[in-house]
Amino acid sequence: MSEHIMSSKLYYGIWITLMILTVVTARVAFIDLGPFNTVVALVIATCKALLVILFFMHVKYASEKLTKMVIISSIFWLLILLFLSLTDYSTRALGHG
Amino acid sequence: MSDSPIAVEEHGPELRHHFETVEQQRNAASLGMWLFLGTEIMFFGGMFCAYLIYRMNYFNEFAAGSRSLDVWLGTINTMVLICSSLTVALGVRAAQMGKRTLLVILLLTTIIFGFAFLGIKGIEWYDKYKEHHIPGTSFSADDLVRDYPQIHIDQSHEQLYFSLYFAMTGLHALHMVIGVGIFAFLTFHAWKGRYTPNYYTPVEIGGLYWHFVDIVWIYLFPLLYLIDRRPLG
Repeated sequence: MSEHIMSSKLYYGIWITLMILTVVTARVAFIDLGPFNTVVALVIATCKALLVILFFMHVKYASEKLTKMVIISSIFWLLILLFLSLTDYSTRALGHG
Repeated sequence: MSDSPIAVEEHGPELRHHFETVEQQRNAASLGMWLFLGTEIMFFGGMFCAYLIYRMNYFNEFAAGSRSLDVWLGTINTMVLICSSLTVALGVRAAQMGKRTLLVILLLTTIIFGFAFLGIKGIEWYDKYKEHHIPGTSFSADDLVRDYPQIHIDQSHEQLYFSLYFAMTGLHALHMVIGVGIFAFLTFHAWKGRYTPNYYTPVEIGGLYWHFVDIVWIYLFPLLYLIDRRPLG
């Protein structure tokens, strides 16, 4: 899978980006963006997670397509869990107060 | 290679005989680890789902509870984990290149970062203990009611936030403890010189686990600490 040896410069670059994004997410939370505070926090968290998955976990250079399929379907299953549960709970109060 | 039906294949001791090549063996191990991480995603996913539903229903209490956490300790802990992920990634690289001493140093650094994270987490939990924010008979959110008169706070719903806070950070910390154990094992074998550019699968697999635990924290940090930090009007 990771015969490909990445340069250490790239690792340091990813690390600095992750550190900066951490500071940004902590600072932005104190600014009033209305409902977008949560959106911004989740977008930044997802960017950080993607950087870790693609580079630190070598998925970008994975030769095995099956590995990528397992990852994508795992995330898809998680989204089924979250979205279907939320559609249930967010519509329950409508009928019964 | 001989024509004999009981041919003895020529390969190093690191390659199990049911695999064709080292590459194939490594891909199989990696795939197996990702399948395990898939089950871990669903394991944590159940908690994230419970969190989302209660946060939607009891947003005020979740926002007040979030404000009572120490955002700086949380930020520092996030950075500690990101640094540990860097040392893990560099460690796998050192193993790929057969640099034994560097690998041992990077694995030990990762363990130190792991203990630093757990130590800071322990300080935060102790603060919550002193503030009577641990769910149970001595739970009290009176200080939050006093500090945030603008927010309507129901004590039992507040307890729900802290239950989820302790369950989620606790489960994450348990994974960290297991991770430190795995890395102690890896350090010992790396020091013994077991890992070569041809065989470093345990380092790679252990690294995948550590990065996964890091990703869980990347989501826990904004979801628990930064629910609503906007200035109160």
